[in-house]
Amino acid sequence: MLFGLEDWPVHIVVCVKQVPDTTSVRIDPETNTLIRAGVASIVNPFDMYAIEEALRIKDKLGGKVTAISMGPPQADAVLREAIAMGADEGILLTDRAFAGSDTWATSYTIAAAIRKLGAVDLIICGKQASDGDTAQVGPGIATHLDLPQVTYVRKIDEIAADHVVAERMLDEGSEIIRCPFPCMLTVVKELNEPRLPSLRGKMAAKKAQIILWGAKDFDCDPINLGLNGSPTKVVKIFTPAPRGGGEMLTGEPEEVARKLAEKIRDAVIAISG
Amino acid sequence: MANDPIAVSSEKCTGCGRCLKACPFDAITLKDKLAVIDLTKCTLCGACVQSCKFEAITMVEKTAGDVDLKLFRDVWVFAEQYEGKIHSVTYELLGKGRKLADDLGMALCAVLLGKGVKEKAQDLIARGADKVYVVDRPELEFFQDEVYAAALVELVTKYKPNVLLSGATTIGRSLVARVAVKVHAGLTADCTGLEIDPQTKNLLQTRPAFGGNIMATIVAPANRPQMSTVRHKVMKELAADPARKGRVFMEQIAEGVLKARTQRVRFEPETSTTVNIAEADIIVSGGRGMLKPENFALLNELAGVLGAAVGASRAAVDAGWIGYSHQVGQTGKTVCPKIYIACGISGQIQHLAGMSSSDIIVAINKDPDAPILKTATYGIVGDAMQILPLLTAEFKKVLKKS
Repeated sequence: MLFGLEDWPVHIVVCVKQVPDTTSVRIDPETNTLIRAGVASIVNPFDMYAIEEALRIKDKLGGKVTAISMGPPQADAVLREAIAMGADEGILLTDRAFAGSDTWATSYTIAAAIRKLGAVDLIICGKQASDGDTAQVGPGIATHLDLPQVTYVRKIDEIAADHVVAERMLDEGSEIIRCPFPCMLTVVKELNEPRLPSLRGKMAAKKAQIILWGAKDFDCDPINLGLNGSPTKVVKIFTPAPRGGGEMLTGEPEEVARKLAEKIRDAVIAISG
Repeated sequence: MANDPIAVSSEKCTGCGRCLKACPFDAITLKDKLAVIDLTKCTLCGACVQSCKFEAITMVEKTAGDVDLKLFRDVWVFAEQYEGKIHSVTYELLGKGRKLADDLGMALCAVLLGKGVKEKAQDLIARGADKVYVVDRPELEFFQDEVYAAALVELVTKYKPNVLLSGATTIGRSLVARVAVKVHAGLTADCTGLEIDPQTKNLLQTRPAFGGNIMATIVAPANRPQMSTVRHKVMKELAADPARKGRVFMEQIAEGVLKARTQRVRFEPETSTTVNIAEADIIVSGGRGMLKPENFALLNELAGVLGAAVGASRAAVDAGWIGYSHQVGQTGKTVCPKIYIACGISGQIQHLAGMSSSDIIVAINKDPDAPILKTATYGIVGDAMQILPLLTAEFKKVLKKS
């Protein structure tokens, strides 16, 4: 147990982020920039697997699932979605003081809020968020809380009240790791199939009181928050040069196969020849 | 409001609308000929500040840190190794690191953690390193997040590097995210461009965001080391020069520092693949347009001849035609091969996010309107099932001749 004495049942915190739904993002063909107007917001896809796994563990061991997010007030929608799926409560960290947070400040803030929750056994995050793609916040939270971690979890082999045995997806294969509670896991898509919210869940989500915490509601140092607490700073944003005009190869199958082989012949020989 | 992190001066703003176009987050609107920033959408990226011709937008500057930047010297590269074999991204980082170190007038150093890895230090010197710091300990036989992070934190604290680069690999990302928090450094993920700002000497780190549709350049002006993970296969390695001289430092780390709470039970190598997509120079990839799992044999045959890996779109993976470790795209892996051959993949934005930085993209698709054909270097409107065997035959000939 983290900062607590209870040892049963488990308390799982799942971290979720609201991101723009990239399925509805379109590129402006003239300016080659993103058209963001009217883009819907969704739960970060990887976080859906994190929520699902937290719920499965709760189903097995009993206990409580707390969903936590940081963002503007309207990000409460992702917490309601987690509650609709079965999470017990949602906490939204929202404050202008958090604006401009990079991964250092974000993980600091979320870790500080989790510390206030007291007894926590397990923190589950998605591998990365689809808007930033950093994969840094999960390990950052673990480090701020001095917890061990297993990243890229593709399968849980064993789970008990005090430890987990998880399979981590590496490029060369799977590493099977035993990790005591409390700890932090980041999860990938292969782990499970997220459930759809039940009607009862949807009702609960509608009625749920999302807990709102600002910087004054938990113990944190203002110097580490938001823009000021973020070591990194964006200095320039630009649109990459569009890929050089593509070439269409036409003709009968035999002909296009031969044309293509000619086109990429040198590159292939340089690699495989 | 006075304490907002970003503000528009009503005296200077002319309502020209330039900032509306510049904002990648659709956070600015015009109200009564005045730009209004929606702080719930704004990420403080600063794009509008740059775009404004009237200096009407001001952003709160970070208060200067208390870190004495002059104490931090040298460019470091984390030398990733697996069972004693140096990961090729390490050589790419040394190639780039050499240039950065020369631009800064500093040394290029590699950090090698492992068990029985000492003799690999010379390989790192041959690829450009001036110094190699080696920690050779049984606790470091396998990558373990806590232990590796603890060793790296010890060395960073002791030597104070100015720049620390790691591959944006599974291991690299898990490791340095811990180190950056511990040493309070800025960390930029998955960089595809690195250079030294000639004026400030800061490291300019450029990375794709939103699946490569926008690029962001990021600095960490007040913290050191400046840390980046760097995408594999983007930077160029130097040719190995076995005669190159450098110094090797065997580092001691106090007992008790290298403790892991996790325990590695066992390792199961991926059996279904011969070449993994993160490493591959050529990827032959299939999507829903392959119609049935049996047709993936056609991809396997071409991949076999080319020495390529087999990738897949999310649709093919979700249909159960091939394992998740082959999935390219937003919920799979980001790949950057020299040649990517997409067969029967329409090219949704989520797929493009995972492969659009490949050098050469070939797309074969029946639908002439498939978005992938607009991204492709070479596009073919046709039936992949017909064309793939013909391509396999062509390359059998080509590669036999060479």
